[in-house]
Amino acid sequence: MERSRRAILAALGVGAWALASKSRAQPMLRIGLTAVFLDDEIRFLLRWRAYLEQRLARKVEFVQRGRYRETVELLREGHLDAAWICGFPYVRFRSELRLLAVPLFEGKPLYRSYLIVPAADATTRSILDLRGKVFAFSDPDSNSGFLYPSYVLRTSQERPETFFKRAFFTWAHRKVVDAVSTRLAHGGSVDGYVWETLRLAPGRLTEGTRVVSKSPEFGHPPIVVRANLAPELARDLRDAFTGMTKDTEGRALLASLNLDGFAPGNERLFDSIEAMWRIVQPG
Amino acid sequence: MSFRDLSLSVKIPIRVTALVLATAFAVTLTLLWGEYEELRRDLANSSASLGGLLATSLVAPLTHDDLWRAFEIARAPVVGAASGSSVTPRYVAILDAERRVYVSSDPVRFPYGARGETAFPLDRVASMLQGEAGGGNRFIETGDGDLVSVTAVTADGVELGVLLLGYSNAQFQPRYGALARRAILGTAGVLVLLLPLSWLYARRTAAPLVRFAREMERIGRRSAHAPESGAETHGDELARVEESFRRMVAAIEEKESLERQMVIADRLAAIGRLAAGVAHEINNPLGGMLNALSTFRRHGRGDPMALRTAALLERGLLQIRDTVSALLVEAKAGSHPLTPEDVEDARMLALTDGMARSARLSWRNDLQETLALPSTLVRQILLNLLLNAEHAVRSDGEIECRVHCADGSLRIVVRNDGAHIPGERLRHLFEPFAVEDADGSGLGLWVTYQIVRELGGSIAVQSVPGNTEFDVCLPLPKAA
Repeated sequence: MERSRRAILAALGVGAWALASKSRAQPMLRIGLTAVFLDDEIRFLLRWRAYLEQRLARKVEFVQRGRYRETVELLREGHLDAAWICGFPYVRFRSELRLLAVPLFEGKPLYRSYLIVPAADATTRSILDLRGKVFAFSDPDSNSGFLYPSYVLRTSQERPETFFKRAFFTWAHRKVVDAVSTRLAHGGSVDGYVWETLRLAPGRLTEGTRVVSKSPEFGHPPIVVRANLAPELARDLRDAFTGMTKDTEGRALLASLNLDGFAPGNERLFDSIEAMWRIVQPG
Repeated sequence: MSFRDLSLSVKIPIRVTALVLATAFAVTLTLLWGEYEELRRDLANSSASLGGLLATSLVAPLTHDDLWRAFEIARAPVVGAASGSSVTPRYVAILDAERRVYVSSDPVRFPYGARGETAFPLDRVASMLQGEAGGGNRFIETGDGDLVSVTAVTADGVELGVLLLGYSNAQFQPRYGALARRAILGTAGVLVLLLPLSWLYARRTAAPLVRFAREMERIGRRSAHAPESGAETHGDELARVEESFRRMVAAIEEKESLERQMVIADRLAAIGRLAAGVAHEINNPLGGMLNALSTFRRHGRGDPMALRTAALLERGLLQIRDTVSALLVEAKAGSHPLTPEDVEDARMLALTDGMARSARLSWRNDLQETLALPSTLVRQILLNLLLNAEHAVRSDGEIECRVHCADGSLRIVVRNDGAHIPGERLRHLFEPFAVEDADGSGLGLWVTYQIVRELGGSIAVQSVPGNTEFDVCLPLPKAA
């Protein structure tokens, strides 16, 4: 008994040493995460990180920041190697970033922006009905949570700052749903993929909301790497993401993400976002 | 049966129990009040610390105008805290410097931008903020029974906003209910111990009274002249003691009265015997002396002086005989039975005598038939009583006489409205020469009494001012 336990301990020690030496050999890969998906599920993130570490044979660190801008800054300044960001910052800093992979949601690398109101509100038909109300955006660097509704208002010669009585940022799509279902806000713009995923999750947060309208399809928030990342590493990383459908753990993780997989993607997917940005941006 | 009628052995324990219960109730109430105060203090302390914490956390969101962050902070104590805790605020609201709702944990009730005075008594909030340094009660009670604690959110001495923590009185009810249950259980426990003890003690206290009452009742009933025909006497022991005592006193008084009457009757009987004895002793030589005088007058020498002396002696001796025979009342033989006419004769005689006084006589003779009573004696009784009444009555007074048969007796009632007989004289009324009346012989009532006794009857007198009444009752002899 005592002997066998000691043997097991020794084996574990060897394994740990092997992993450490391997990690030491390969520099750590830092991946930034933003609230384009449900990035606050820690248990899931630990599993996903372990999966990627195993696939890449190197240590992976997920770096989470509250705002898209911070993550994008860290990436542009080289503190991160890759990041899952929104299509909006991607088109703004396209020259400094390289598209790595695009999630496939409902079989397509596309998603929509949803306009939601509290479930009790049965009258609102469009964002233009919410004049003088309190409105929740997710992040100023979010396409679905800010750029698209701003674009809609702009096409009606309105600006969020004056159209609403009060607009605020919750810095996460989930919290937009929260703000609308608690009726802190009379309406909000939310990532359709996040809303649909929340609808499946326990907690029933979406039941307090009603989807008023859905935007046209946009390129799904992509995973990008900094332009100067080593091409082999970028390729390995892309393979790791796109290959998730090929094994059980990967498929389980994709199921948790409510995604069908990751595709290499095409830069053109994000042209419509860029077009909106050109219209909305001041000056 | 009312509470008053209950036995003391029940009533005293009930009263003691009621007192114990009232005391327990008062103590429980006091305890509960204390607990309530304690609860309020707890709440004040908890809301003060929570308010301080939230106010500190809110400085950054307020300065950065981060509505969502402020909402998360405001919502945290309401949502995050264990539900059911009585010190969890029901809502948290933050007013900005303009006293508009900036954010609240309940956006439906307090929406963004709502004017603070629509939901809160802002004047009291302001005075609370000013007096905050003074400490003391930090709550405002709103009209709907909510308690609101007020904390200023300040940064660098500048007020950014006001934090309001709302508590509902209803929130205390579970905890207060638990307290009340505990207090009631405790009291019930004490009562379980106290009640039998006090009941026992009260019964012991009542026991001697109950025994005394029972004893009194027993004695009272035995000596009572007329027990209340077994009727249930109501009331507790004290009431029954009182009743028994009253009956005993009445019985004693009656007994004493009877004794007095017996003493009088004995005395009269002794006097009667003495008078009869003396009369006999006088009558015997008297008869001889009268015979001797008769002989002397018949066979004497006719000396006028001697004859005059003999006549004088004879008159004196005859007066003695009259007096003695008056003392010696005897049923005279040869008296015919009493007829209604005999009674009417007495009236005639009395009227003749009483003419001068012109008193009215109210006469009622109900006799219809002849009675087996000696007419002479009855007439004498009637006449004596009527003459007495005529003496007593005033000139315009009234005499009432009624003769009738009732219950196998002849009743003669003679009443007048003249001067009444004082108590002292009443006691010796039927004694010979008791009445020092100039015009009477002083033997009338004595003779009447003797006749009544002779006939086995009774005579009673009642005399109050304005009414003097003699009531004679003569039993009729049973038909053979």
